[in-house]
Amino acid sequence: MKAGSRAYGFYALFAKEVVRFLKVTVQTVLTPVVTALLYLLVFGQALEAHVEVYEGVSYSAFLIPGLMMMSIIQNSFANSSSSLIQSKMMGNLVFVLLSPISSLEFYAAFTLAAVVRGVLVAMAVYFVAILFIDLPLAHPWAIVTFAILGSAILGALGLVAGIWAEKFDQLSAFQNFFILPLSFLSGVFYSIESLPAAWQTASLFNPFFYLIDGFRYGFFGVADADVGISIMVSLGFLLLISIVALVMLHKGYKIRG
Amino acid sequence: MAAAVSIQGVHKHFGALHALNDITFDVPQGSFFGLLGPNGAGKSTLINIMAGLSRADAGSISIMGHDVVRDFRMARHSLGVVPQELVYDPFFTVREILKLQSGYFGHGAENKAWLDELVETLSLSDKIDTNLHDLSGGMKRRVLIAQALVHKPDVVVLDEPTAGVDVELRQALWRFTKRLHDDGSTIILTTHYLEEAEALCEKIAILNRGEVVALDSKQGLLSRCPYRTLHLTVDKKTDKLKELLPEYLQLLLVETHKNEISFRLHKTEHQIGDVLEALKNAGLIVVDLYTEEAGLEEVFLGLTEFVSKETAEVAG
Ligand SMILES: Nc1ncnc2c1ncn2[C@@H]1O[C@H](COP(=O)(O)OP(=O)(O)OP(=O)(O)O)[C@@H](O)[C@H]1O
Ligand SMILES: [Mg+2]
Repeated sequence: MKAGSRAYGFYALFAKEVVRFLKVTVQTVLTPVVTALLYLLVFGQALEAHVEVYEGVSYSAFLIPGLMMMSIIQNSFANSSSSLIQSKMMGNLVFVLLSPISSLEFYAAFTLAAVVRGVLVAMAVYFVAILFIDLPLAHPWAIVTFAILGSAILGALGLVAGIWAEKFDQLSAFQNFFILPLSFLSGVFYSIESLPAAWQTASLFNPFFYLIDGFRYGFFGVADADVGISIMVSLGFLLLISIVALVMLHKGYKIRG
Repeated sequence: MAAAVSIQGVHKHFGALHALNDITFDVPQGSFFGLLGPNGAGKSTLINIMAGLSRADAGSISIMGHDVVRDFRMARHSLGVVPQELVYDPFFTVREILKLQSGYFGHGAENKAWLDELVETLSLSDKIDTNLHDLSGGMKRRVLIAQALVHKPDVVVLDEPTAGVDVELRQALWRFTKRLHDDGSTIILTTHYLEEAEALCEKIAILNRGEVVALDSKQGLLSRCPYRTLHLTVDKKTDKLKELLPEYLQLLLVETHKNEISFRLHKTEHQIGDVLEALKNAGLIVVDLYTEEAGLEEVFLGLTEFVSKETAEVAG
């Protein structure tokens, strides 16, 4: 038979990665949304009266974009990394490896599927949260830009971790010692302005800080860092992780023995 | 015409193990090719390199003239591999998985008729909406075969497709591979059932410890073993049958059991008539006889055991 269309091969893999998480929506969408809303309820209630980060913005409202970005970070990472490690352990990754799908198409399919999952979870958090809390939308373009940048970065990072890890243990270590601390320390629950100077400087080296800060700028029109810098840093980080992922895929690191 | 598969000086190491040592051979287009060898010989490793699942340390392989690394797209479009392991994706049903696999090769709705035909011929119709997780081993094997064929590859590699498969499915698989072959595909089969290779394969490569120890037509291989076995039944039932035989027949003896005797005879040096004559002189009357030609199994064991001994000597 004559060779099929390249675009369709990429699309099939992308669709598979999306369908895979949609088949277990309770675990992949509902649970993370409930988790984010629980954080909102607990921290919002506890701190509402005591903290005002930005003028005229309630603490609960301030919290929502941070929690949305945290959902994006965790879910986009989980989507590509857990799919890959499962396929590796079950051995069914061979079906993709046997096909003419290239490294670039492989990377793009996994990363885009992670974007879909991250954005979906964030949107679900948003739509539930705004039933109870007023939230401005100062710069929608920034919201969209940072949601996509954040989920793409974490999707690509999940790809790298999924290729590297040989066991679930290693993956959860990556998640617990790297992703989770970096996202908590990036200003989900606070503005870095409220931190001691040393921690403020440290935050500037945390790429997740720029994601959350830029995302929050989209809602409130105020940010700790300049939004242009946040975009540049995030793009640079995306480029870096993508190159690492592509080189690993191209060399067949750990997946083409 | 390019070979269906052309293997040139392939080496593969796993740590200290030299899993493939300078493998070179061609699989002609349209042939039914047997890739044989004992466990650990390197058959699957070689197949993995053909499929791009693994990379050679040195050497190259091309499928229908397309290098598996440089021209990986065309090489993979030309190749369908049924893996040895029963791997599957528990997230999907048979229908979904076939559509996906066909999609990976760039095919959409236009390929539906072919997928339906595969489902039909492999008797998967009843299970089409069953999750792969819930299929029996034999059914999973059929799905693996269908997955390997979604893109109508020119070259089909089956890595031990009949391992752990019942008689009925084994025969169905034989018919199916024969049909693929008749339709013009090149088939490469690995199996540990030598009768299977003998019945199906026209050309055979035997690997042992990462080296090609034989590459020949089936007839050529079979003629390497110039012996046949003569089985006789005589009129006396005794445990002392052996002592009744003349000395030169005792040397050719394979075994005796009650009134049954078998001899290993060289096809040209030993005449059956002489044996019968000698038995008559020893006072034994032959009531029944049949001969058995040497099979692939004997040739195979000769080749792989010989090499093992030789390597053992070198090593030890
Ligand atoms: N990924 C790997 N890492 C280390 N050693 C390996 C790997 N894959 C195969 N080997 C070794 O290479 C040798 C050849 O293995 P291979 O699977 O190719 O054998 P085979 O001929 O297919 O055997 P079988 O008939 O049992 O399937 C074996 O000694 C095996 O242990
Ligand atoms: Mg094998």
